[in-house]
Amino acid sequence: MNTVVCPECEAQITLEAGTEVGEIIVCPDCGVDLEVTALNPAAVELAPMEQEDWGE
Amino acid sequence: MQKRLRIGVLYSRVRVEEKWIFGAMEKRGIDYERLDDRAIFFDLDNPAPWRAFDAVLERSISYMSGLYALRMLNAFGVPTVNTAAVAEICGDKLATSAMLARAGVPQPRNLAAFSPESALEAIETFGYPVVLKPVVGSWGRLLAKINDRDAAEAVLEHKATLGSVQHSIFYIQEYIAKPGRDIRAIVIGDRVLTAMYRKSEHWITNTARGGEGELCPITPEIEDLCLRAAAAVGGGVLAVDLIEHPERGYLVNEINHTMEFHTMQPVSGIDIADEIVAYVMGVAQDKMKLG
Repeated sequence: MNTVVCPECEAQITLEAGTEVGEIIVCPDCGVDLEVTALNPAAVELAPMEQEDWGE
Repeated sequence: MQKRLRIGVLYSRVRVEEKWIFGAMEKRGIDYERLDDRAIFFDLDNPAPWRAFDAVLERSISYMSGLYALRMLNAFGVPTVNTAAVAEICGDKLATSAMLARAGVPQPRNLAAFSPESALEAIETFGYPVVLKPVVGSWGRLLAKINDRDAAEAVLEHKATLGSVQHSIFYIQEYIAKPGRDIRAIVIGDRVLTAMYRKSEHWITNTARGGEGELCPITPEIEDLCLRAAAAVGGGVLAVDLIEHPERGYLVNEINHTMEFHTMQPVSGIDIADEIVAYVMGVAQDKMKLG
């Protein structure tokens, strides 16, 4: 199952089909940004904070 | 039999743009590798693993990581989209303005100074309001509209005291009362692919800041200006931002070299990701031809 636990609020989050490693998802409960670090089994970590030189 | 081309895609996060790019690579059956910029390292005495790529597409979110990766790849002789030279210019708004000025491309009036005192003196030659922009930065962050001398003194002091050294490169732009929108055009090689209005009631019209998108017809004037702007910074895969001056017409405001297009692709109906991939393949093929 592609279900993960939010490291911030411990909510159960089910990843959508087609989710990729490196993608950022938002915890539906607490709103924190999470980075998908693995699939099968799925794992997430708190996403890095935005840096000054980030952009397009 | 012709050698199968191998492409690298350097990225930091899989945003929707990267998902579309990976998807386009897979659909075309391209041999490509995903290169997470946090996981890779370069051994300058051993370029061989990097030379295995016929071209690398750079999609890093961190400007500095992307720029240095491009510099090393180009030093190794690996073609990149975009080139390090283009990233150097486009990632720095003042460098971009300097190149546009050299090419005679219409743009807002800009001033640059290196101390709060000289910046204030420069600002007063324009009068108020003016806009202070960080030379490196994106998504409309840390832009300051300065309405009077008090605000100028305060913001300049804050930038000099609280900012990194880069914030003491004071980049000052005239404030343009634009009609609640600006235009973003995607230029790939020698083609303007599509253009979109970005609307916002806020003076910062950036879809990353909630601006809305609507298709903008590519007039010959817009096309010519975008191609000249792209050429001025070295060309490649670029997003040219235009603003409409009430008297002076279209002005080039910024050029992005690792643009986001999550709004433009659905609005235009054009597969921008696939167009980028096609351009990268062309760059890789050119390298093969040159040997």
